[in-house]
Amino acid sequence: MSMQITAQNFEANAKKALKDPNLRKAMQIIGGPMASRRVETARELPEFEALRDEGVKIKTHVLKHIDLYLEKFEQQLTARGGKLHWCRTSREARETILALCRSRNAKLVTKGKSMVTEEIGLNAFLEEHGITPVETDLGEYIIQLAQEPPSHIIGPALHKTREQVAELFEEHHPDYELPNVPGVKAGPRSTEPQVLVTEARSVLRDTYFKADVGITGANFLIAETGATVIVTNEGNGDLTQSLPKMHIAVSSIEKVIPNLEDLSTILRILARSATGQEMSCYTTLSCGPKRPEDKDGPEEFHVVLVDNGRSEMLGTELEPLLRCIRCGACMNNCPVYHSVGGHAYGWVYPGPIGAALDPHMIGLETARHLPNASTFCGKCEEVCPMRIPLPDIMRWWREQAHEKQITPPLQRWGIEAWAFAAKNPWLYRLGARVAIGLLNLLGKDKGKFTSLPLVGGWTDGRDFPAPQSGSTFMSQYKKKGQKSGVTK
Amino acid sequence: MTSRDRIFATLRAGLKHTVDDPARPAAVAERINRRTPNLVPQRAQIPHAEQVALFTAKVEALTVTVDSVPAEQDVPGKVADYLARHNLPSQLRVAPDPLLQNLPWSERPMLQVDYGPGRSQDLVSVTPAFAGIAETGTLMLHSSATTPTTLHFVPDHHIVVMKESQITGSLEDAFARLRDKLGTADKSAAENWPRTVNFVTGPSRTADIEGVPVLGAHGPRRLHIVLIADGTP
Amino acid sequence: MSQIDAKPRVALFVTCLVDLFRPSVGFAAIKLMEDAGCIVEVPEAQVCCGQPAYNSGDRKDTAAIAKQVIEAFEDYDYVVAPSGSCGGMIKDHYPALFAADSEWQRRAEDLSGRMHELTSFLVDVLKVQGVQTAPQDVKITYHDSCSGLRELGVKGQPRALLDSIGGLEIVEMQTPETCCGFGGTFCVKYGEVSTDIVSRKTADITATGADLLLAGDMGCLLNMAGKLKREGSAVQVRHVAEVLAGMTDLPAIGEEQK
Ligand code: SF4
Repeated sequence: MSMQITAQNFEANAKKALKDPNLRKAMQIIGGPMASRRVETARELPEFEALRDEGVKIKTHVLKHIDLYLEKFEQQLTARGGKLHWCRTSREARETILALCRSRNAKLVTKGKSMVTEEIGLNAFLEEHGITPVETDLGEYIIQLAQEPPSHIIGPALHKTREQVAELFEEHHPDYELPNVPGVKAGPRSTEPQVLVTEARSVLRDTYFKADVGITGANFLIAETGATVIVTNEGNGDLTQSLPKMHIAVSSIEKVIPNLEDLSTILRILARSATGQEMSCYTTLSCGPKRPEDKDGPEEFHVVLVDNGRSEMLGTELEPLLRCIRCGACMNNCPVYHSVGGHAYGWVYPGPIGAALDPHMIGLETARHLPNASTFCGKCEEVCPMRIPLPDIMRWWREQAHEKQITPPLQRWGIEAWAFAAKNPWLYRLGARVAIGLLNLLGKDKGKFTSLPLVGGWTDGRDFPAPQSGSTFMSQYKKKGQKSGVTK
Repeated sequence: MTSRDRIFATLRAGLKHTVDDPARPAAVAERINRRTPNLVPQRAQIPHAEQVALFTAKVEALTVTVDSVPAEQDVPGKVADYLARHNLPSQLRVAPDPLLQNLPWSERPMLQVDYGPGRSQDLVSVTPAFAGIAETGTLMLHSSATTPTTLHFVPDHHIVVMKESQITGSLEDAFARLRDKLGTADKSAAENWPRTVNFVTGPSRTADIEGVPVLGAHGPRRLHIVLIADGTP
Repeated sequence: MSQIDAKPRVALFVTCLVDLFRPSVGFAAIKLMEDAGCIVEVPEAQVCCGQPAYNSGDRKDTAAIAKQVIEAFEDYDYVVAPSGSCGGMIKDHYPALFAADSEWQRRAEDLSGRMHELTSFLVDVLKVQGVQTAPQDVKITYHDSCSGLRELGVKGQPRALLDSIGGLEIVEMQTPETCCGFGGTFCVKYGEVSTDIVSRKTADITATGADLLLAGDMGCLLNMAGKLKREGSAVQVRHVAEVLAGMTDLPAIGEEQK
């Protein structure tokens, strides 16, 4: 019962997305200002490229010894009074978290942003069991009101316009009033982002103090100190984890890094890649519960460490994906993502990272479109701070699909027939001449075709340029050569 | 088999080529205890006076305001000015930290000062910081008996009182200082590590609505620093 | 050794799309390399580079096709393609196809070392400073094709050569490095997404006010030309080699072919 999967409907999802004007507006923000801020802050740091190399080195090293680093992390966390819960599956993680909440008789839970909790489908599960989870990251809060999944891993509600947000607040906040006009309830709502943010802030204020349990994610786990690290801009994660009596950090096994020097290195590339900031506003290291002398902080500190198939990736073609720091740069820079947005991908992780990771997490059969829906332009790998070879991994999935015959038969036969010809030069030349002949027969309208059989995908939206007059290059060249006698 | 065992079994199966290498534990221990930074940007490796200037420039670019004062006794005056500037009530929730408790607050009788963790009614907090990091204009604060962390997040205005000598170049410099402070004869710094270390880079912000940057999402809307010019450490 | 003997022997890798759609690009490439002092030959045994099979996940057929290409081009000092995409396939991906076969891997690596994209060959290998082409009074904009740019580092080379043509002005797009949405079989399999991507590209092209769009890959050119024509745009589209070789008398891509 994890998040609703619609990846198998990628084509239909994409078609729908292409017609959604609000989504198109949002994608302009992601592809425009967000992508260019990354370029600017990276340019301002001459060591940026070298830092990426350092980051790759750290993560590659950790993956060679991940068992030992996790053991060390556990040992240090336990020594600080924290408790580690190992969960192999989503279900185990959900149940562990539920049991922890119940041990506190929790009714209300605040949540900081966490992709792993989306992955394990935590919110719906808690609700089914009588516990109300409240997302506190503004974007997550908005989509929780709208009952939608996130469309971007760091800007989950970027597909919503300010008007839509105002409508949601109007519907869900009983006291939502026209700002700065005391007592006036009717009339048009302000849609200024500043006003909307203030509204959400004041509504969530009380919730932080009332919550029984605070659940956050963790961007990193530090083996040296046993600390979990969250990186946020809003401050919601810190309020979530320091006010309730229990803090549960939900994370996954690949997030462990050796020490604070390594954290320093990776922080320098994370925010720059994600939002184009030099540092996110809040980076918080947490280890253990409130100490006897502390005047605030949670009484209990739990880390729920989710595997969910990650350990199986070690030592395979997918291992580089375990270096991912979930910065979102690959999707911010992806031409396909810019067209279809996050929901079209149909699961928690969209964009290039999703196309490479989702087939492993939800099955290749279900996710088969995702690694195919890429032009292989290579931009994702160019911007990925961890230099993950995303196109290579997508191609590897295509190979798996071809071998396991998951690729639709028509496509498979098509490519095999073509390959058969390509393996025989004379057949290939003949085929080329026949193709040219056919194209000429089909008739063209002033140098182009406005529709062609079999390639409607092309000609529905574009013309198909006609070949130059005459025959193929090879036959023309041969003729010329015979005349001048230079051909080989 | 517990889930823990099964996860480790799968991990070790994935490491099959190297898992039995007897040198691994020592390599990992060495790596964890290695204190040499990986790569520190040039911009952080500058003399202290330049670090102070860079820190100030960086925080100001993030809309943080900075008041420089020659000495500790000037702090209450600057805090009072800040409150007046922003039309704030004269109530301060202050971290029970020796530096702050010893300030001559009584010279400003209008100020109501009380000490303790952050509460929902608090509008303005005053806290110390452990370090200021010049490369990004980042404050490093941590939890302790005298520095409750809720003060860093709950109030609308966060005023930080710190000394120039607390400014470092890089994140690594700041971590090294914290390790130096925490390590004792019988315990390593990791063993004495505080429950929470907060890095704060500018006031709370969000761009979740249409990518428009807005300050004051959930944490402080404003961050103000009173910097005591005590020179180089 | 005589001057003649010192001339490098270069094989032209024609590429399927040039063979089929735009033979003039092949002749332009030959002219450019001959002008630069090369002996250019066109091995008849050549076929496709195999990229369509490779990107469809058919590794076995790709390897079989690659072996033929490797054999066909074994004897030349250099192999040059008027395409970053096919060039990148041969230079970057062939060696990885034979990870389990050291003899073929050696041969693939040998070819990889001799393989070049046309403009990069002229500038980086032959150290050509400019082309002897009559001045052309035209405003062009240049699209950086993905494989050429990211796999082979083609960026400044075509621009440097174009700069040597009198009267020609280059106006850059806002995002010349953004994918045009072609993507091989992608453009048909996910046609609507591909069309949407290329429409952002054509908007960018149109905004430059250029008369002529150039690039170094026929795939991208057919895609962008197809979209521009559908939009009724007056922007002409050509392969960069045609302009560099001064062979612009033939109709542009997607225009009525005489
Ligand atoms: S794959 Fe790379 S770019 Fe994409 S989210 Fe992960 S780290 Fe960031």
